[in-house]
Amino acid sequence: MIEKDTLLEEQEYVINMGPQHPSTHGVLRLVLSLQGEIVKNIQPHCGYIHRGIEKMSEKLTYPQIIHLTDRLDYLSAHINNGAVCLLVENALEAEVPERVKYIRTIIDELTRIASHQLWWCSFGMDLGGLTCFFYGLRDREDILDIFEETTGGRLIQSYYTPGGLMNDIHPNFQKRVKQFITKFRKILPEYDQLLTGNVIMQQRTKGVGKLSLEEAVSYGVTGPSGRGSGFSCDVRKHAPYHLYDKVEFKEALATEGDTFARYKVRIDEMWESMKIIEQLIDNIPEGNYSTKMKPIIKLPEGEYYQRVEASRGEFGIYVVSDGNKNPYRIKLRSPNFSNLSALNTMAKGQKIADLVAIGGSLDYVIPDIDR
Amino acid sequence: MQKIKRNHKHPLPMNVDALKEKILAFVPQAEVIEGKQYPEVTVPAGKLRALAKELKESDETYFDYLFNLTAVDWPDQSLGVVYHLTSSKHHHYLVLKVKAANRETPVIDTVSDIWRTAEFHEREAYDLMGIQFKNHPDMRRIFLEENWVGHPLRKDYNDEINIVER
Repeated sequence: MIEKDTLLEEQEYVINMGPQHPSTHGVLRLVLSLQGEIVKNIQPHCGYIHRGIEKMSEKLTYPQIIHLTDRLDYLSAHINNGAVCLLVENALEAEVPERVKYIRTIIDELTRIASHQLWWCSFGMDLGGLTCFFYGLRDREDILDIFEETTGGRLIQSYYTPGGLMNDIHPNFQKRVKQFITKFRKILPEYDQLLTGNVIMQQRTKGVGKLSLEEAVSYGVTGPSGRGSGFSCDVRKHAPYHLYDKVEFKEALATEGDTFARYKVRIDEMWESMKIIEQLIDNIPEGNYSTKMKPIIKLPEGEYYQRVEASRGEFGIYVVSDGNKNPYRIKLRSPNFSNLSALNTMAKGQKIADLVAIGGSLDYVIPDIDR
Repeated sequence: MQKIKRNHKHPLPMNVDALKEKILAFVPQAEVIEGKQYPEVTVPAGKLRALAKELKESDETYFDYLFNLTAVDWPDQSLGVVYHLTSSKHHHYLVLKVKAANRETPVIDTVSDIWRTAEFHEREAYDLMGIQFKNHPDMRRIFLEENWVGHPLRKDYNDEINIVER
């Protein structure tokens, strides 16, 4: 009888990627089943920073909940704040001044650009291009400075309140935003020169981590990741809020569904965001920056849902109200949670190094997954 | 490479009445209300899977995108699941609601094979609200530790150490 040479036989083995791994961008643990370098199966383990925000919110008032939504996807802090404010305003049928809508739309889009800049940094770095990291962070600084001047905060600002804004924009706001747009219009093509055209980058992303349209819809993969697969899921188009039904912009779409498509959608989105800001920045009407709301906000009994387009996809808030000042039940539908569920489908059969590229293109923010 | 053709000439989205008629023809016991925001349908737990499949596969409804799935501990002491649906083709909405038979062993059929996103969302609902989803491929806790006692989002959950009442 010939004994089998077990050393050379193919074997599956299991390793942990994370919870402390630079490419998971936070405390996410992926348990990988490997055959050599090929990933056979991925089991994400979430919950390392589960803070129970939904449970906490059941004891908080609506203006207080705004401050917790910052801490979900901290890179779309303003957009998440906006979701709570819109939900309360729509439930109470409160009309906010035009000025507020203009400012909110501009700030939301600035947030989106800042978020995509940071994504571009870290995506470049995930693929080994450290230079990107410095370029991206350098340009993001300009937006953070604008935010700091107006809102007082750089990362988590809680600038929106039900009915309006915390305070009016800084007198320099319009000037600085315009300066930034002029500057960034020249800088963004540099991003293309530096990374998009790079042969190594293209080889590592084209055809890697494919997700078909049907899979994207079924897994609820939204935002740039879903649009990279051709899933037209932009809430700004399909359920407009703020001023998105008044401004002109294209929904960035790609059909390839691979890592490079998701990359291209995000770059296109930065151009579109700049277009939106340019249409609004000179026309901010005079008026109040806030309407007077009751000191204690109570939502009428019923169920409410608010969808907004955060930088990583569709963010939703579902509130069941029993008529009290705090919600009976609140559910935060975070885009990253659904996007993560498709990771196994995307990365099965690919190499570990490709998994890093795919993870980078999904751009997950872990506090948003764990909540 | 597979090319995706986008069909722009799709029929107009169904209005609430047509939707109501269709659902009632399929599940006569269903309760359909217009709702403030989205039309809402409450179905018996036994009929959920059949209706969900029909709503997704039928060309008229084509609810292929489950944008939210959550569990609620309703004020009348019952545990339920709420499904928020929309269509990538028609862009109309529907909210599906089911209630579990009891609090002790709440069991509801899984829809994770109809909408894959439900796989994670159902695990979350199990973890935080304790609803078991029948035939789910991987019914484990998703956020909390395996040996955690209880399901925190239930209204009767008690944790003397970590929850401080003011």
